[in-house]
Amino acid sequence: MGLFILRRSGVMLLTALCLTFIVFFLTNLYPNLEKLAKTQGNFRMSDEAVASWLDANGYGGSMVSKYGQWLGVLPGWTRETEKGVTGRCITGTASAEQAAEAPTFCGILQGDWGYSTRFKDEVSDIISERLGNTGLLMFWVLMLMVPSALLIGVLAGMREGTATDRTLSTASILTTATPEYVSGVIFIAVFTSSTVGLKWFKGTATSAMDNPNFENFFLPVLTIALYGMGYIARMTRASMTEVMTAQYIRTARLKGVSFHNIVLKHALRNALIAPFTVIMLQFPWLLNGVVIVETLFNYKGFGWVLVEAAGNNDIELLLAVSVVSVVVVLVTQLISDIGYVYLNPRIRIS
Amino acid sequence: MTKMADYNGPILEIDKLSISFFTRLREIPAVMDFSVAVQPGEAVGLVGESGCGKSTVALGVMQDLGKNGRIVGGTIKFKGRDLSEMSAEELRGIRGNEIAMIYQEPMASLNPAMRIGKQLMEVPVIHEGVSEKEAYQRALEVVTDVRLPDPERILNSFPHQLSGGQQQRIVIAMALMSKPSLLILDEPTTALDVTVEAAVVELVKDLGKKYGTSMLFISHNLGLVLETCDRICVMYSGEAVERGSIHDVFDEMQHPYTQALFRSIPLPGADKNARPLVAIPGNFPLPHERPPGCNFGPRCDYFEEGRCDADRVIPMAPVHGNDRHETRCLRFEEIDWNAPLTLADQKEKMPPGKVILKMENLKKYYEVAANALFGGGEKKVVKANETLSFEARESETLAIVGESGCGKSTFAKVLMGLETATEGQILLDNRNIEQIPIEERDTKTISDVQMVFQNPFDTLNPSMTVGRQIMRALEIFGVGGSEAERRRRMLELLDLVKLPRAFADRMPRQLSGGQKQRVGIARAFAGGARIVVADEPVSALDVSVQAAVTDLLMEIQRKEKTTLLFISHDLSIVRYLSDRVMVMYLGHVVELGTTDQVFAPPYHPYTEALLSAVPIADTSVVKEHIVLEGDIPSAMNPPPGCPFQTRCRWKSEVPGGLCEREVPPVRQLGGGHQVKCHLSDEVLERMKPVIKVAAE
Repeated sequence: MGLFILRRSGVMLLTALCLTFIVFFLTNLYPNLEKLAKTQGNFRMSDEAVASWLDANGYGGSMVSKYGQWLGVLPGWTRETEKGVTGRCITGTASAEQAAEAPTFCGILQGDWGYSTRFKDEVSDIISERLGNTGLLMFWVLMLMVPSALLIGVLAGMREGTATDRTLSTASILTTATPEYVSGVIFIAVFTSSTVGLKWFKGTATSAMDNPNFENFFLPVLTIALYGMGYIARMTRASMTEVMTAQYIRTARLKGVSFHNIVLKHALRNALIAPFTVIMLQFPWLLNGVVIVETLFNYKGFGWVLVEAAGNNDIELLLAVSVVSVVVVLVTQLISDIGYVYLNPRIRIS
Repeated sequence: MTKMADYNGPILEIDKLSISFFTRLREIPAVMDFSVAVQPGEAVGLVGESGCGKSTVALGVMQDLGKNGRIVGGTIKFKGRDLSEMSAEELRGIRGNEIAMIYQEPMASLNPAMRIGKQLMEVPVIHEGVSEKEAYQRALEVVTDVRLPDPERILNSFPHQLSGGQQQRIVIAMALMSKPSLLILDEPTTALDVTVEAAVVELVKDLGKKYGTSMLFISHNLGLVLETCDRICVMYSGEAVERGSIHDVFDEMQHPYTQALFRSIPLPGADKNARPLVAIPGNFPLPHERPPGCNFGPRCDYFEEGRCDADRVIPMAPVHGNDRHETRCLRFEEIDWNAPLTLADQKEKMPPGKVILKMENLKKYYEVAANALFGGGEKKVVKANETLSFEARESETLAIVGESGCGKSTFAKVLMGLETATEGQILLDNRNIEQIPIEERDTKTISDVQMVFQNPFDTLNPSMTVGRQIMRALEIFGVGGSEAERRRRMLELLDLVKLPRAFADRMPRQLSGGQKQRVGIARAFAGGARIVVADEPVSALDVSVQAAVTDLLMEIQRKEKTTLLFISHDLSIVRYLSDRVMVMYLGHVVELGTTDQVFAPPYHPYTEALLSAVPIADTSVVKEHIVLEGDIPSAMNPPPGCPFQTRCRWKSEVPGGLCEREVPPVRQLGGGHQVKCHLSDEVLERMKPVIKVAAE
């Protein structure tokens, strides 16, 4: 088991390197850099001026060496001008003595995520704050979505074709077919506005960033959870109906096991094997897919940062967002694989 | 829940039972007017081909027919109480407690995500409310009863960690956990190997005696029913056609279907040239297309127009002079049941021609990672084939016999070029082909060596017409210059396999299993194949169809002078059609010789056990009883020395533990008969024939 996790971690690291390089390559293409130079400097810069600006700010050089610097395995660039020394690891312009004391390596490995041109702040601070916000949202969404989706799926799947099955299946198709921006708007209109009069919740979750409570946080959670719930419920139902027709369920039935126990003891574990992977795939979706809901409820989270970074050509921030996303995807997949092994005894690491 | 009160009448009494399945289109009657009674301690066999409704009867007894099935007439009484009038609660108390069932596929019948122990303990916990600890003790006891080694380890394992035979023993143990009065066995050994089957059958018989359980034994294998049951009920197309004691039905059959069934299975002592199998003409009627009058009418030799097809229900009529022997035939008193079989045309045995295929010391080893899923770990070597040597001649049938895992399929793969040999050589017309994978073989070689597959259902492309598939094969083999020419040749091939030419435009799904297998044969012979590897070509087919397909293969072989390599585990059919037999065990050829040499002593100990394990549907045959202990060792971890030493009953006759140290050399016993065994000549001399036909 330990060896397996070790090997998987190795593969993960390699995948992370490849993926981040691709993102790095794409964000550092010349047109992007040109745009960056013009937004940071002067919109009427000539081509030569752009080139010299990029060179002066460390955007010159080969892609690989830039990637190495960003990663923190190659020494950061330094440049001596008449005003002093500038460099990747030096804030502003420093004297030669100060520059000598500055670290040679400063990439994400050293914890230096760079500086956001959009927010004028350290990338690591922005990421940690926004990730915290989205993490809270994700947590509550999962707490609501997963148990209810599994419950709906199992209830619908244990007796295929009955009225319960039809009702629950229709409901789950309906929620999956309604995008968040539709359901979110409806919820806001119904539960918060004076048109309907049910002023149960707040229409904005801005205050939830500091002080989340049921009133200001439930609607965004519900909006996302409903959308994802139908999907997981459908998967669980399909898996459950298949298990319920399996021969070992017949064996259990003809052993005299009650229906209640057939579902709980015999079918459930087998039926959860397939949806488990789907549930783990929800994590990456939640991380970036919540943009719409975050915008709708004015809740500044990770998705919102991604949109801001992409819209404003904030290369360092964009890179950091992608690194976090890649890590989340890979870690959840690792958890999914390990969990799969525990659920399904036929796959054992001997 | 406690047991029902004792009852003096029959344990199970089914009276005029009719079961139908309801679809949107129509009602499909699956069982009609079916009656049978099981007395205490009695074993009743239910025999018939697939689709005749025997499993439906079993599920009807369990009252578990699903949403679409319903009992539309008659009663099922268990210990005098009508099961269909019981509440769900009462039924649950009976299932698993009073009536237990053993299923066809042990792997699918056990919950893959639950430990064996828990699955077993559930039964007494539900029905008798005993404590976990006591249930565990009971489980331990029953697992020991079904002769599984190391019961505690078994209770703690998951189903997939056991072999097929062990899984079936667990299913049996589960059925016996609460000592039921009635045991329903639905094809309990069909998925198992012959020697394992023999052991399981013996176990069931012994346990039935020990616990005094009545049994309803469902099977398509007449030989197996003869060995296990006291009474038999033959079913055809949803009806019982003949019912009686085993000896009455086997020796004095009174229904044409029973007779036809017996004539279509090969019996020991019969060979293909002396007594060809008589196939039942026509096909099994679909449940909604049954003919008027007698269901078997259209396929019956004794059919009388106007009488047998009159639109009325034919009742069961008692046969006088026999105990509870009944038949559903209008003419049974007029038919001369002892009339000798009119032998159609005796076929001359074809003299074998020159050597076409020669194998010399063929070896095939696989390297497998010990940990297949996650890679890594140390490599293990699976010795699938060890020093295989033999010759095959023109128009000869060489049978390759052995149980699963013995390496017969690997050998076929190497011959076909799907794998390349590790060592040794395969000579086809004195050309080496063992290292040429199929992609690099020339068209001639490919069309020369062809294969007929075991499962005709999966080997035809479902979205291509039958004719197109054969023409595609012709195209690949480079037969015929134009489309029209190939079409002509394709139609000739359909004639050869006796399919109507109209079938060329049909889709595979419109064909029955036997017809599909004929298409498979036509495809194999498309390029004028000289060597055909038939890998269990009839084992997936029904008994009445098996005979027809086997005969067809033989006939084409005679016509085309093909060398047939017939891979099978069914020794009856091997005896019937092959000229020479090769017995394999764990990758080794343990015995090779002509059919007569292999089927008569001296045997290799494994051949002896195999022969003893084959159920024979003939009451006049006496078999010596040899049951092999344990399972076939894994090829990944073969025993040292002789591969068979772990299960051999003659091992003590070899002095000095030689069997455990050395692989025995190949010994010639004269006449091309060879055996891989350490036993001395005197011991081999002492061996007695396993199968004896008792004096009439």
